[in-house]
Amino acid sequence: MTPRMTKFVLALSAPALALVAAFLITSLVLAAAGDPVLDVWSQILSMPERRNVANIIDNATVLYLSGLAAAIGFRMNLFNIGVDGQYRVAAFTAAVVAGEAWLPGYLNTALAVVCAMAVGALWAGIAGILRATRGVSEVISTIMLNAIATALVAYLLRKAAVRVEGSNAIGTKKIPESSRIPNISIGDGPGQEIYGFVILAVVAGFLYWFVLNKTVFGFDLRATGRSTTAATASGIKITRMVVFAMLISGAVAGLVGLPILFGDSYQYGSTFQSGLGFAGIAIALLGRNHPIGVAIGALLFAFLNEQSNPLQILVGVSPDIVAITQGVIVLAVVISYEVVRRTGVRLEQQAVARALEHERTDREGVPA
Amino acid sequence: MSVPATVTGVTTEAVPKSRRIPWWAFLAAVPGVLLLLAVLELVTGANDLASSGTLMATFIATTPIMLAGLGGLWSERAGVVNIGLEGMMILGTYGAGYFGYHYGAWAAVVGAIGMGMLGGLLHAIATVIFGVDHIISGVAINIIALGAVQYLASLTFVGLPGGGSTQSPKIPDVPTITFDGLSDKLLEIEKDDTFFVSQVAALLRALCTNLSFLVIISFLLLVVTWYVLWRTSFGLRLRSCGESPAAAESLGVHVLRYKFVAVLVSGGLAGLGGGVLAMVASSNYRDGQTGGRGYIGLAAMIFGNWRPGGLLMGSGLFGYTETLGLRRGGESVRALLLAAAILAIAAALLQIYRGSRVTGAVMLGMGVLLGVTYFLIDEVPGDFTRMTPYVITLVVLAFASQRLRMPAADGQVYRKGSAG
Repeated sequence: MTPRMTKFVLALSAPALALVAAFLITSLVLAAAGDPVLDVWSQILSMPERRNVANIIDNATVLYLSGLAAAIGFRMNLFNIGVDGQYRVAAFTAAVVAGEAWLPGYLNTALAVVCAMAVGALWAGIAGILRATRGVSEVISTIMLNAIATALVAYLLRKAAVRVEGSNAIGTKKIPESSRIPNISIGDGPGQEIYGFVILAVVAGFLYWFVLNKTVFGFDLRATGRSTTAATASGIKITRMVVFAMLISGAVAGLVGLPILFGDSYQYGSTFQSGLGFAGIAIALLGRNHPIGVAIGALLFAFLNEQSNPLQILVGVSPDIVAITQGVIVLAVVISYEVVRRTGVRLEQQAVARALEHERTDREGVPA
Repeated sequence: MSVPATVTGVTTEAVPKSRRIPWWAFLAAVPGVLLLLAVLELVTGANDLASSGTLMATFIATTPIMLAGLGGLWSERAGVVNIGLEGMMILGTYGAGYFGYHYGAWAAVVGAIGMGMLGGLLHAIATVIFGVDHIISGVAINIIALGAVQYLASLTFVGLPGGGSTQSPKIPDVPTITFDGLSDKLLEIEKDDTFFVSQVAALLRALCTNLSFLVIISFLLLVVTWYVLWRTSFGLRLRSCGESPAAAESLGVHVLRYKFVAVLVSGGLAGLGGGVLAMVASSNYRDGQTGGRGYIGLAAMIFGNWRPGGLLMGSGLFGYTETLGLRRGGESVRALLLAAAILAIAAALLQIYRGSRVTGAVMLGMGVLLGVTYFLIDEVPGDFTRMTPYVITLVVLAFASQRLRMPAADGQVYRKGSAG
């Protein structure tokens, strides 16, 4: 095999290994608990219907944005655990701004999106500034900011909310119809529509790739992530990069809740989907921070979420089993990348040793 | 954390010896804090700041946070960052629920520790053996633990009396100690409302009324941890793995084995913390019971500069603010605002006197802001009360992070034979 070929095979074998491991461990857990292993897998791995496909794409859109937000931090060795808080603060802001409808039509939408990104960036920026100027670990500060966000949004929601008709739930004012983002139809039945926001998610993915790989800023960011000493030596201001990376990561995190807001719920209420941030971290790891890898990871997680939904009704198994699968996938992916990396290093060392040996025998003409 | 602080150009220097707080200061701090609270009650008219009820609840609220922090202390002293504490605590709450219902109170304790250790085992295998980044492994463990517990709960608790997919049946509690006569006497003294005396009586009463064995055991574990890690050769070796694993290995310490053990103990302690939540703070396992206390424990440990005494102070502070949030908190937290304002202004003046003008000015601004807030509002809204501990952590980290010194090799992956 050529070295390039070896590298390719190794790169693909890691996720494959991880999926197999996750499959085996989940099966073991199911078997140990006395649940029907085969029935569970045949439901999860069955062909999703058109309606389910729409749900999977919707869910994946949201997870993808969350994954991108985490990935930006990862590229600079920053752990933005705070995507969770950032997206909730941002989605709430967007809901209030769009609900008030100061501007007509899509201008209103654009204003809300910009506000959401700004607030998300601001929330993440606190952690960035604390890291850059005071040396506070962003892991701890973003965890604190998550908790603060929860309480703050709960408080503001109570202030800004109107009661949802016919229930005890409260929410912000509904976004006017003219500012909603229309769904895209992928079939002709009911429920066969996906968020129009999907397009914006794809654009975000492209921009992520472009900025990181084709601009000076992206190079600086990646260089800082690889080696701070080398980056400093080449004139990159590390503290500034830390703040910028957190700001951008937060701005993308600000987008996470918006597909749901503009395509489905049209308001921010006490029941707004939570926990998307941590899933994003897992997905970024799974996709190795590559825009396409993250997309595959998001689709995989969304697929597992959707397909496990009817498990309780069909085979009497709690759908929470897929959370175990997802967690194991993350852990297994990282472990197998490490194992594969070590194997790669060993193979390379052997190849170099062989080449040197050849050179020596060629020169001296005596086989060792 | 995973990245050394030098990344940002901010260097953390060792605390000079004169700054190290002597152990007796912690004992002296108890009457000091009580005096402060007494003065606050006198000035602001809030009367629940240091009542025996508040203090009893504080002990119970502090214990799980402290245990999680202790777990963090063990693993980080051996050089393994443990974000997975939250997950291990979650496993502990389930362990207490399952084993408590089926086999009784002490089995619940063992079950909680055992389940936590399972989480620790997973973290140890991933980080110590496979060299996975510690934070990634921790995040994965939190995801797995939450899913596993929800799955197991709907598997094992559905159909039991009072049980369901989100909660276990009622579980028995470990015994508590009460000295009846003494407790009543002290209550009388507390009711007299004598300045400072009543607060001391409240503290003593909290210590001898309905004090759970688990709380006592947990505080003993803190002392044991201090003794084992700082006064035995085992502890010295374990800490050397967190400071300089290569040096430790060159001296014959089996680094990976020590790290492995430390992470296992860490999981057990966090699991016990979850058990306390299920048994003492509540009476059954409930979904979402930990509410991020694993993270808070970690913050308490960092707040306490990776030392047991500081950890106790940090978790006490969190436990106290959490308690105030639950008990007519608005008024009490408002009273604390005044104290915080005065402390901040005093600290600001000290900073300016020492020559750091910017820090001083920022602190002064915050102090004045707090003071103005105190006079403008009658009660702090519940949501803000809930956010208090987190804001305090952020502020403390912002101002004190340069004084904190984490183990030198904390968060770094070590591979056997790196000593050469």
